[in-house]
Amino acid sequence: MTRKVRFKAVHYGATAVALSLFVFASGCKKKVPPPPPPPPPAATTPAAPSAKPTIDSFTVEPSTIQKGQSAVLRWSVTDATDISIDHGVGPVQSNGQRQIYPTDTTTYTLSATGPGGTSTRDVTITVTGAEAPPPPAPVTSESVTDMINNDVHDAYYDYDKSDIRDDARAVLTSDADVLKKVFQKDATVNVMVEGHCDERGSAEYNLALGDRRATAAKDFLVQLGVPADRLKTISYGKERPQCTDATEECYQRNRRAHFSVAQ
Amino acid sequence: MKKTIFACLVSGLLALPAAAQVNEIKIVGNGQIAMAVPDFRGAGGAQSYMTAFNSALFEALQNSGQFRMVPKTMMPLQVPQQPMDLKPAPTPTTKGSGNYLSDWSSPPANANYLAFGYTAEKDEQFVLYGWLYDVTRQDMTSAQIIGKVYFGPLSDDGAKKVARDFAADILAIFGGKGLVGTKIYFVSDRTGHKEIWSMDYDGSNQKEFTHYGSITTFPIISPDGTKLAFLTYARGIPDIFIHSLETGRKLPFYNPRASMNAPSDFMPDSQHLLLYSSAGGGYSQIYLADLDGGNLKRISNSRSSDVEAKVNPKTGADLVFVSGRSGLPQIYAMSIDGINVRRLTDGVGEAVNPAWSPDGKHIAFAWTRGYEPGNYNIFIMDVATREFTQLTHGAGRNENPVWAPDGVHLVYSSKRGRATEIFTMRADGTGQQQLTTVGDNMKPVWSKASN
Repeated sequence: MTRKVRFKAVHYGATAVALSLFVFASGCKKKVPPPPPPPPPAATTPAAPSAKPTIDSFTVEPSTIQKGQSAVLRWSVTDATDISIDHGVGPVQSNGQRQIYPTDTTTYTLSATGPGGTSTRDVTITVTGAEAPPPPAPVTSESVTDMINNDVHDAYYDYDKSDIRDDARAVLTSDADVLKKVFQKDATVNVMVEGHCDERGSAEYNLALGDRRATAAKDFLVQLGVPADRLKTISYGKERPQCTDATEECYQRNRRAHFSVAQ
Repeated sequence: MKKTIFACLVSGLLALPAAAQVNEIKIVGNGQIAMAVPDFRGAGGAQSYMTAFNSALFEALQNSGQFRMVPKTMMPLQVPQQPMDLKPAPTPTTKGSGNYLSDWSSPPANANYLAFGYTAEKDEQFVLYGWLYDVTRQDMTSAQIIGKVYFGPLSDDGAKKVARDFAADILAIFGGKGLVGTKIYFVSDRTGHKEIWSMDYDGSNQKEFTHYGSITTFPIISPDGTKLAFLTYARGIPDIFIHSLETGRKLPFYNPRASMNAPSDFMPDSQHLLLYSSAGGGYSQIYLADLDGGNLKRISNSRSSDVEAKVNPKTGADLVFVSGRSGLPQIYAMSIDGINVRRLTDGVGEAVNPAWSPDGKHIAFAWTRGYEPGNYNIFIMDVATREFTQLTHGAGRNENPVWAPDGVHLVYSSKRGRATEIFTMRADGTGQQQLTTVGDNMKPVWSKASN
């Protein structure tokens, strides 16, 4: 078999063969063996330049978790002597994995440093359910107590009467709508319908008259669909006036059905 | 012809006694006994308390309504201080200066009885040596009715106590129900909350009885003086509580299931309670119950507010009460069974707060007749004839009149200006006396003497 001799300079070899043949052809004299061809030059490895570390892969699995769950970071790095990951993972080997328990959405950065420089790569894990608590409801949205105290208005009565007047009819109709909303919003709150009187009659008779006024207001609301078992009644007679002047205006203010949260 | 007779018959049947106003109703009890009570004098340190003593003694006997008090200006000049100061007259017509019994029994004094004596200081006590003599006797030895020594602290209050003890012994002789020892229970807000308070018949010894820190009012007392019932919001709703006046403690009372329960009156046996309640589901109606609230029985039957039923203390058989069945509240009468309902007041204004006299013949009540709504005066009405008399004539509020056990006096509240205070007066409107001064005080009831 013919040895293939690889020379970088193949043309030298061809020239040597050509020379030796020439010498042979020129005279068959006693021949002096031709000098051996010069050895081919040594095949030296060329000097390689320094290369930056290679982050072959850097992943997190799964990439989205719920708060309280865990995930696994995986990485593979070449040409690096120092490899580290932030957010508390720390220095690591070239290849590896680590279980993590992030409480919030976090971006992890892998830094690989070697003679050739530093390479970095990021990976982000999303944590759901870890958002900040929602802000308080805007001021325009009323609590049930506010609705009862501010939006359920008093109904007024004539002297010595518990009849529902036309103006009271309108007020109680609006009150019924508010109360229905209140009771839908809150399954447990009850509303007290209070009956009051002005100071002129006797306390004893006014206790009964106040009771009539509370009952009349409740009956009217129930007819409009407000649930009866959520409305309580009480008479305060003339024991809890909201004003004490001896004027018609104050007397009328006291002849009322008033609404409050039932304790 | 027939028609006319029929019409006459019908009108005759319908003719009720008209409610007429009369100028005076004689309420006064046995006012025929003439009692002479001169001023007593005190020896030594006792003298400084004699103003208090003498006015307390005179008023206690006068307020009982049992006597015609001899005016002091009609009395003989020489006032005996002990029995040896009195002698029998040599002859029936001999005039002395007060040293003969006959000086007292003849004109101008015309007394039947003489209370006399003196006081002294002894062992740091106020001591009374008191006598009651029948001055109509010819024979001195049978004239003495009372001869007794009384002791008390050396002070104005002690002198008043001794005077009242002496007056009580005198009144006991005549079987009269004096005021000494009786108590008035009432509502006061002077602590910042309406509570039930008590005081003596003359306004002394005012003491807080309930301490619920709520709205507590409408007191009533049992005839035997052992129980107090009232209305309170202490449990959040208007409810009836009963307390023993002997122990002060709350007694069990099962309120009807209702939005409103209020005490009305104890029955004469002190074992049952009238109340008014919305238990029927609509209007306030009159009910009767046992002392613990059991055996609830409905009495009234109207589609209106019926309140304040008061039972005749003599018969226990009929009630007066307040009802709105004809419009503004008026006073009605009916039997304890709820039948025979009739209206007593004539429909003018508002008539409320009825109270029976101890003899079961009259009621006192508050009426706005002749005044604006809210301006009440005290009236008295003969229940059988419906004749009435106006006792107060002010433009303020005069309410909740209640009779004293003596059948002569009334206690009531009156708002003259900013505050409401408690007053007593005789049932003819005279002798008004203010008993309270602090805070608003109202709704008095009078209990008999306890012993």
